[in-house]
Amino acid sequence: MFNSRISSIIRKEFLQIVRDPRTLAMIIVMPILELFLLGYAATTDVRNISMAVWDQSKTTQSRALLEAFRAADYFVIDYFVSSADEYQALIESGDTRVALVIPPDYDRRLIEGDAQVLMVLDGSDASVGATALSTARLVGQAYSTKIMNGQALLSGRTSSSAPVEVHTQVWYNPDLNSAYFNIPGVIGMILSFITSILTATTIVRERERGTIEQLIVTPIRSWELIVGKLLPYVILGFIETFEILLIGHWWFGVPIRGSGILIIATSGLFLMSSLGIGLFASTMANTQQEAMMTVMMFNLPMIFLSGFFFPIAAMPKFLQIVSYLIPLRYYLTIIRSLLIKGVGLAAIQSEVIALVIFGVVIMGAAALRFRKRLD
Amino acid sequence: MTNNLVEAKKLHKNFGHVHAVNGVDLNIKSGEIYGLVGSDGAGKTTTMRLLVGALKPTQGEIMICGYDLEKQVELARSTIGYLSQRFSMYEDLTVLENIRFFAEIRGLSSTEWLPRSMEILEFVGLDKFIDRRAGQLSGGMKQKLGLASALVTRPRLLLLDEPTTGVDPVTRQDFWQLVIKLVSGHEGGGVSVIISTPYMDEASRCHRVGFMKAGKIIAEDTPSNLRARLNGRVLELRGSPINKLRHVAHQDVDVEDVAAFGDKLHVRVRAGQADLIMKRLPDEIKAAGGTLTDLRIIPPALEDVFIALSESNHG
Repeated sequence: MFNSRISSIIRKEFLQIVRDPRTLAMIIVMPILELFLLGYAATTDVRNISMAVWDQSKTTQSRALLEAFRAADYFVIDYFVSSADEYQALIESGDTRVALVIPPDYDRRLIEGDAQVLMVLDGSDASVGATALSTARLVGQAYSTKIMNGQALLSGRTSSSAPVEVHTQVWYNPDLNSAYFNIPGVIGMILSFITSILTATTIVRERERGTIEQLIVTPIRSWELIVGKLLPYVILGFIETFEILLIGHWWFGVPIRGSGILIIATSGLFLMSSLGIGLFASTMANTQQEAMMTVMMFNLPMIFLSGFFFPIAAMPKFLQIVSYLIPLRYYLTIIRSLLIKGVGLAAIQSEVIALVIFGVVIMGAAALRFRKRLD
Repeated sequence: MTNNLVEAKKLHKNFGHVHAVNGVDLNIKSGEIYGLVGSDGAGKTTTMRLLVGALKPTQGEIMICGYDLEKQVELARSTIGYLSQRFSMYEDLTVLENIRFFAEIRGLSSTEWLPRSMEILEFVGLDKFIDRRAGQLSGGMKQKLGLASALVTRPRLLLLDEPTTGVDPVTRQDFWQLVIKLVSGHEGGGVSVIISTPYMDEASRCHRVGFMKAGKIIAEDTPSNLRARLNGRVLELRGSPINKLRHVAHQDVDVEDVAAFGDKLHVRVRAGQADLIMKRLPDEIKAAGGTLTDLRIIPPALEDVFIALSESNHG
């Protein structure tokens, strides 16, 4: 399949890539930049939330509850207050985000079994609020379970009639580390952005600089030109995949639990869609700027509807349907499952089929539009 | 099958409502240099692009070296070397890398391309610059690189679209020497050349010239036959003031055109009227207050013919 015409195109493409320092820098540095941006800055993990406490009970029991909150690592008790006005002022000024109110009769009600505490949350930052709320619930549940166990022991009941246990288990990513979620996403984003932009511009550049006129009169066939033009970017796409995987694994500790062959094969499948989009865009553009704009027009909605930033389940029905047309959606599911869950092919087969269909359709459409002519 | 390298019949190419090429027939023999001339927008470049299959004709058929350009396009192209009007080598690749790329893509093997490339680069005089980036070559050297790249696979037909536009006279001369060597058999032998040019001195070097206007070839002949069309119809005038002479000559009913060539005027007159005009023009100039120092019939230049053809109402 590698005839001399194709390999000459490939060699020429690599020479041009190497001679264009800006493109080369974009290829190598952009993934690292995005990786660190999304690995650190865009983290949705919330830790060290400032908390104010109004302990009206001031007993051993209430102090033990506070200790449980402290130990959870999510909260830092910064303020002890003695009125509702005080914590309200703290929350309004933004000095603290959470207030915990322990009632005066906490001790007595704990023994009666219906102890209640009040959590006041600043909901203006939804992600902080949500994390604080869920963590507070977890702490509360865990703590009450401990107390119930303690009571059971005191009253001499056997463990067979132990109080109801609340199981809270987070699978695959027990620390809810958002890097686990984001870094596979970065692979998908980089693959779709860089490869589609590069393929579109490399083809359009031939047209813009007039070199296409010389290429046209050579006996090279359209499909050979397409293959020769795309293959270097397939290779670059794989280099970038490995680059992101390695940094993600060694620096951010993202696990690689699935089979390496499956990761490579599905990434290659996704590259086909992404290169197809680039090729398609190149048939619609006459200048490199136009090509860039066209690719962006495809890619931006793709990124937003892929479930990378916003969960698809939370989208309006209409957009959920649209998202079925987006190859990145399938690839994100595949790569996250492969890396984090370590699933086999059976678990991702419908996504793989969707990628195959999309890749063949877009490649086919682009190849049909691609003409080795000036008009 | 005839021995024509190129046979184009009733070529038409429309861009929307514009008829860029409007019924062109071309027959090019082996070893012939054919010049395609005409003003900008006459359809020269479009014709060239049709002949190499870069554009698809709206109508008409083209045979190149016996191959149907539509049905056997890759075979037909393997016989063509094409130098487009716009520089179309890769500026970020070196001279040798460019030649290698186009040699290999046209089917030269890994053992063939290097000796062949060096041979052709020596032929065009670029063998000292093989490691220079194409973008850093001078205008003339760029054209020679383009020519080398077109020649590297020993094509039987060479199409050169305004190869010397914007190139200095010395390099133009060099370039033509190369073309003439090619056709006379130094390189391969029997190569046919179709060259489009806006320069009349270049047109007069061609074996045959086709004059294009509004998408049609309105005259086609050898340069001497074309010149013969105006035999005895071109007068040369010298005198002063030159603008007065020009004005007076224009007034004469039998004068078709007056063109200034430095300190002299070329006056084209109606067929058979030259002698009469020779008699009355000196009097007319004197009456207008001008001085005539020289007036004679001269052999027409190709330029005179083309100006005449450009103004004619053919097509």
